[in-house]
Amino acid sequence: MKKRNLFLMLMLLALTLVLAACNFGSEKESTDDTKEGASEEGGSKELNLVIPSEPPSLHPQLATDSTSNAILQNVFEGLTTLKDGEAIEAAAEKIDVSEDQLTYTFTLRDAKWSNGDPVTAEDFEYAWKFALDPKNASEYASILYPIKGAQAYNLGEGKVEDLGIKVIDEKTLEVTLENPTPYFLELTAFKTYYPIHKATAEANKTWYAEAGDSYVTNGPFKLTDWQHSGSITLEKNENYWEADKVALDKVNISMVESETTTATMFDAGEIDWIGSPFQTIGLDVIDRYKEEGILNISDHAAIYVYKFNTTEGPTANANIRKALTLAIDRQGLIDNVTKGEQTPALGMVPSAVKGFEEDRGYMKDNDIEEARKALDAGLKELGLSDPSELKLKLSFNTSEAHAAIAQFIQEGWRTNLGIEVTLDNSEWQVFLDKLSNLDFQIGRLGWIADYNDAYTFLEMYDSAENGNNDTGWENAEYAELLKQSNAETDPAKRLELLKQAESIIMSETPVAPIYYYTNLSVKKDYVKNMEQNALGNMYLKYVDIEK
Amino acid sequence: MAQNDQSFEQISPDKFKIVGGRSDENEKLADKSVSFWKEVVLRFSQNKLAIFGLIALFVIALLAIFVPVFSPYSYREQLGLYNAAPSAAHWFGTDDLGRDVFVRVWQGARISLFIGITAAIIDLIIGVLWGSISGLAGGRLDNIMMRIADVLSAVPYLLVVIILLVVLQPGLLPMIIALSITGWINMARIVRGEVLSIKNQEYVLAARTLGANTWHLIKRHLVPNALGAILVTMTLTIPSAIFTEAFLSYLGLGVPAPRASWGTMASEGNKALTSAPWRLFFPAFFISLTIFAFNAVGDGLRDALDPKLRK
Amino acid sequence: MLRYIFKRLIYILIALFIIVSATFFLMKLAPGSPFASERDFPAEIEAQLNAKYGLDNPWYIQYKDYLVDTISFDFGESMKYKGRSTNDIISESFPISLTLGIEAMILSIGLGVLLGVIAALYHNRWPDYLATTIAVLGISVPSFILAGLMQYFLAYKLGMFPVSGWKGFNYSILPALAIAITHAGFIAKLIRSSMLEQGNSDYVKMARAKGLGKWTTVFRHTLRNALLPVVTYLGPLTAGVVTGSFIVEQIFAIPGLGRHFVTSITNRDYTVIMGTTVFYSIILLFAVLIVDILYSVIDPRIKLKGAKK
Repeated sequence: MKKRNLFLMLMLLALTLVLAACNFGSEKESTDDTKEGASEEGGSKELNLVIPSEPPSLHPQLATDSTSNAILQNVFEGLTTLKDGEAIEAAAEKIDVSEDQLTYTFTLRDAKWSNGDPVTAEDFEYAWKFALDPKNASEYASILYPIKGAQAYNLGEGKVEDLGIKVIDEKTLEVTLENPTPYFLELTAFKTYYPIHKATAEANKTWYAEAGDSYVTNGPFKLTDWQHSGSITLEKNENYWEADKVALDKVNISMVESETTTATMFDAGEIDWIGSPFQTIGLDVIDRYKEEGILNISDHAAIYVYKFNTTEGPTANANIRKALTLAIDRQGLIDNVTKGEQTPALGMVPSAVKGFEEDRGYMKDNDIEEARKALDAGLKELGLSDPSELKLKLSFNTSEAHAAIAQFIQEGWRTNLGIEVTLDNSEWQVFLDKLSNLDFQIGRLGWIADYNDAYTFLEMYDSAENGNNDTGWENAEYAELLKQSNAETDPAKRLELLKQAESIIMSETPVAPIYYYTNLSVKKDYVKNMEQNALGNMYLKYVDIEK
Repeated sequence: MAQNDQSFEQISPDKFKIVGGRSDENEKLADKSVSFWKEVVLRFSQNKLAIFGLIALFVIALLAIFVPVFSPYSYREQLGLYNAAPSAAHWFGTDDLGRDVFVRVWQGARISLFIGITAAIIDLIIGVLWGSISGLAGGRLDNIMMRIADVLSAVPYLLVVIILLVVLQPGLLPMIIALSITGWINMARIVRGEVLSIKNQEYVLAARTLGANTWHLIKRHLVPNALGAILVTMTLTIPSAIFTEAFLSYLGLGVPAPRASWGTMASEGNKALTSAPWRLFFPAFFISLTIFAFNAVGDGLRDALDPKLRK
Repeated sequence: MLRYIFKRLIYILIALFIIVSATFFLMKLAPGSPFASERDFPAEIEAQLNAKYGLDNPWYIQYKDYLVDTISFDFGESMKYKGRSTNDIISESFPISLTLGIEAMILSIGLGVLLGVIAALYHNRWPDYLATTIAVLGISVPSFILAGLMQYFLAYKLGMFPVSGWKGFNYSILPALAIAITHAGFIAKLIRSSMLEQGNSDYVKMARAKGLGKWTTVFRHTLRNALLPVVTYLGPLTAGVVTGSFIVEQIFAIPGLGRHFVTSITNRDYTVIMGTTVFYSIILLFAVLIVDILYSVIDPRIKLKGAKK
């Protein structure tokens, strides 16, 4: 008996020793544990959020992903920002556009960096040139290509002096464009166009790797703490030019990879809001949040598609592609699988894009009759007698949502067309490899707009060489229409050209559009003014908490 | 009684070497092993838990074979009834795509049982051989063999799987290969440890002195005495194979959707814990039941085979 | 003994060399690139990126670089997390996984030994059945389901623990349990089985005959001999547990090292893959060495160099 007690004692002792010696994170915040902490007092307004992973880069010019963007768009601010679907002045006070729409003159307002220095035109010039400098290998540099000379310089063919970026004086920036780009003011709200504090960036090459004094920002918030893979804390930037309009004092952002955990945290009151880019709502809880009446849905300028390999195999046949495209029960898929009240995609440009709100009437959803006709025609052309002779493979990257969508559509094709399709899921990197090497037959992809314009959804198919095409499809007329649209200064005419291009691609269906995304979010009722815009951006500047 | 048996067995090789001829000794051994197996069966059948396990496994196997054949639904048919709770029509409810979970569970049983048992057998063969040769040989060979095992378990498994996927078509074969690359290492280590402790015991030394070869030593002395540890390790191999399969399916290695194994059903159902708990419960329950049954049978076997526990 | 350890250290170096080489070639063979993304970018930029991280060198130069990195234990900048060094990533996340891992090991050994001993002492009576059932349940319910269930019921429904995060001891209990239970079940089964084998040994009977109490005999004699297979299992297990569990870290949102083993590979973050692999290998190889040394401590009959003929 004594022995046993001794044994237990030893175990206990060991346990306490280890626990005493161990360090559970460096945060010692007692307020974190209680749900109603300081924020209830009315003194400090705190918002609790999660992001799905460690942001790969918090350098505006090097970041490529939406998680990094979620942080960046709240700590930095471009010349413009987006509000209610319009680009409005932000760091710029006044914007003058020349008659030919090729020269933009931005007059900066009297704004300050988080360290108190004034935001100057030079900071913008420095940041943009940083992105375009081939040495820095910014993966998103191409979004600056509308600027004159940008593409040539970025690809190592031009000189930095030839860039259309000119600092007139400390507060004036003149930008010359390659083509009239009607969405240019939306682009200047994009992260790659954000300024960076030149002096800090020049002094410290990895200024963006940690929170602290070197992380100088000009947005409504500043990055005060960054526990890698753990959490990020944003605090109100007192030096922000419109600081009096920013309601939140502090934003605590934890990194939580699992959607299920995120939903549980929301239910337990540990976080106040879920919605991309601050994690997403899992498919299995959407119904519940809908019943509770807290699910918020808005349009998103993004499209979910199945791309066809048009260079070989049965999908090289336009009629087969057409049959497959028509025989998708999009509404059924949305109602039962994706559940987010998405819109069935019957065109290439989402309805959240200006000028494309109405259906263009290219096809009907789940048109089995037409699909069978196209299938028969296609089989004849291929010299086959029975649809079961078609051997098709549908590739997607590993994810439960993609798998569910694929299985739903697979079953539809099987029952309605008699086509057996095998599913092929692979890991993301392998999948990307398959897509870019055209080593697939049907492959899923999503496309989310960086700027709210139809061009971003059509541009990638302008030639088979375009790195984002992935179908091998090209059409001279289509390419020509896109080219004309770039030179067109009249918005209405330009829209018409883009619609003509869309009708061409819809008649040849190298791509089967499935649905236009929606933004989903749930919030606690004390959170005010918190909703993503059509580009999926979530600006925390306007958010308030009223407890 | 037990005492007698034991000392008898330990001393016997010695005595026979001195007293009788070789043929005599062979006869004796053959004779004994017949009664040994009879006794094993007898003792096993007295173990209620083990019998329960055996019956459970038998029933699960029958259901896995026949339910997918006779069910009015197929594992892939989407019935338009999404996430429906268990009912008379759908005993285990339906899933997120409106498929009958009952038939999917038994369809999945085929995959999971096949994977679990095949992986366990392969692990058993490689692991026991590797471990006992390594332990017996000792010295440099032991060192090299065990370091090979270390290297295999340290090289990033995921990378190996990804490359395997590039080379092979998804399906059961690459799955079995992937499971076999590292699955046996635990077994080899444990067997080696047992062998190290057994091989210097008197009866093994005696057998060696009598000129028994390595194979004979492994078969007659080491494996029977390490059997307990081997069986226990095997009972872990089966569940870990079932769950690794789910993980590998996730990477695209396994049987492509809409077929699903227990592992994949459980891991998908895990997310539906609050909305459709039956999607988690049924596959998880049958995984547990199967493993429980394997354990019960394993324990029963171990007790029945253990020469020292004879009454 | 010293000679033996010295020899083993040389083997460890050789093993490490093979691991680094194998990992390098596997990385090179695997399709995908650290810079691949949904959005294509110009080939010129990709070339620049490759040059920046030395991926434009011929394979033997890259191979040499990784070998040098391993020797100097400096793996360079992560290719995914801009501006972050692999060493920083490991040194920031490892202490967290280590803390959680030690807690889990204590739990699993404590629980496992307790259950195993009870089961063996009351062989084929109800405490045995109970303990065995618990152990088997532990083995057969995988950690991802267990973690999910505990998170939902204990943390959310009952509010006993925080749902996720890593801000104090409270936050570590559920994840440690989720990791520990499978291993505890297995340890219990191993202990039970090998104690039953020892239970009828002469020395145990002798001890009992001398009048030693049941529990004294267990702790002085039986358990010590029954520990051997457990120790074998514990070596590599400890190496695995203290370097973190991907699934548990994911579910409980713990910023540990475990996730990097998986995400570095899915990201094709070559430097981090190599760094974490080497780090884990060293821990594993030493854990196995310690196990081998422990063998002779636990069972003096085992000679480390193997029996001489």
